[in-house]
Amino acid sequence: MSHASAALRADRVTRRFGDQVVFQELSLEVRRSEIVSLIGPSGCGKSTLLRVIAGLERGDAGRVEIDGRELRGPDRAVGFMFQEPRLLPWLTVRDNIVLGLPRAGRRDAGGLVDRLLAQVQLEGAAPLWPRQLSGGMAQRVALARCLAIEPSVVVLDEPFSAVDALTRMVLQDLLLAIARRTGLTMLLVTHDLDEALYLSDRVVVMTGRPATLTETVTVALPRPRNRRAPELAAWRGDLLEALDLTGAASPTWHEIHGHDLDPRYPNHPPPTPSFSSGLP
Amino acid sequence: MTGAAASHGARHRARPWLGGLVPLLIVLAWFAATSLYHRFPPHQLPSPGQVGATAWQLAADGELSRHVLASVGRVLAGFALGASLALVLGTLVGLSRTAEAIIDPTLQLARNVPSLAWVPFLLLWMGIDEAPKITLIAIGAAFPVYLNLVAGIRQTDRALIEVGRAYGMGRVDLVRRIVLPSAYPYLLTGLRIAIGQSWLFLVAAELIASTRGLGFLLIDGENTARPNIMLVGILVLAVLGKLSDTALRGLARRVAPWSDGLEAR
Repeated sequence: MSHASAALRADRVTRRFGDQVVFQELSLEVRRSEIVSLIGPSGCGKSTLLRVIAGLERGDAGRVEIDGRELRGPDRAVGFMFQEPRLLPWLTVRDNIVLGLPRAGRRDAGGLVDRLLAQVQLEGAAPLWPRQLSGGMAQRVALARCLAIEPSVVVLDEPFSAVDALTRMVLQDLLLAIARRTGLTMLLVTHDLDEALYLSDRVVVMTGRPATLTETVTVALPRPRNRRAPELAAWRGDLLEALDLTGAASPTWHEIHGHDLDPRYPNHPPPTPSFSSGLP
Repeated sequence: MTGAAASHGARHRARPWLGGLVPLLIVLAWFAATSLYHRFPPHQLPSPGQVGATAWQLAADGELSRHVLASVGRVLAGFALGASLALVLGTLVGLSRTAEAIIDPTLQLARNVPSLAWVPFLLLWMGIDEAPKITLIAIGAAFPVYLNLVAGIRQTDRALIEVGRAYGMGRVDLVRRIVLPSAYPYLLTGLRIAIGQSWLFLVAAELIASTRGLGFLLIDGENTARPNIMLVGILVLAVLGKLSDTALRGLARRVAPWSDGLEAR
């Protein structure tokens, strides 16, 4: 029962695409208020693991628990932040933020929206349309939308990789400030070692095929951190070594998924050639 | 960002009078060719003044409003009927592969019947009253709405559907809150094409069998060799067509203010 304190617990989860095993019996825990990063070569399956954890994809075996409760499909206990903001263009910022709330909660959420917008430092943006926002602003709204459902765990799939370097740093600090204030539990996929080390309490390396968690670096640095703290360099070296970038080439997308990557949807199979509404 | 929004709005609102320039030039050329230089005999091309006088006379004795009301009534009825039917069928076919397999081939067959080919059959079945005209307009209005709505539903971004799933939406909610709103701009484009088609089919119907309406005015002008009446009919049709399109665009902007594409064209 040492797992009792884990906010998120993935227990021996397996995911296969056809006869390709992406990962097998993989286990991972994130404690309450802990920030964990998952890094690994692209195509290693870290996004897939994240999607299985968030219930967007079904694992072929194993179980995922949030606060000791088993997850079956998408759940309000998990907030998912995508790589792109994915705001609904026909809703104002306000209505995008309350998207995940039950109907009654959506109707008068003015106070909540204002509070969340203040948290992501976008006061007054509520009546704007998504097309009026910059990429960084849109991603802040996406973060607010994610926080609105008060999830136990927030999972983030390379959330800042689509914005410029300066905006990325601002958003990282914003995320840390929110995490510090609210005690947010986060599991983050990134391929940016510096981002992983700066944000996380723990960095987990995922490599191989089927992928395994090969290395864990505990980032024992007090917060707020200095981005140029000398200790970071040593951990960075450890991570690089664990990633073994000199070794065998990581599997291509095609090898894992059996089809080519559609650049529009980095995490999806391509749309079927004939028309499809994409509904499950 | 507000600056971008403002300049964006300004681009669309800029100098609306520019649109009146070409019509003005045409009227001037028309005036020059007829009243000034008398290049055309009046029984072929009457002058703007003569057409204006005819329009005034038709308006004064209530003749014009009788024809306009008859035509507008038919267009509204036919458009409403066709668009509603297309709304139901388009939603079904867009959302369900089974519905598509059952309905779509038949509709594609019907769509490829040249519109005027329906006329004799409709007249045979429904007489020469309002029913065949409204039906013909409904046929013309239905297909653009149907095709665009199906396309709109099918183009829904999978990434946005996934957002809906991540936030716990079930199938019904996904359709209601993601798929249909995402299809709105397509639907509105379909409606705008449909209203144009409605006027087209109206004239087709009225040219063939009618005792009032703008199409009747045209054929009456031809039969009595009065080109000024025909030109009045054409001008009124142009104005009404433009007005109905503007009304639909206004509606679109109120129903779907997020959409950029609606403001273009």
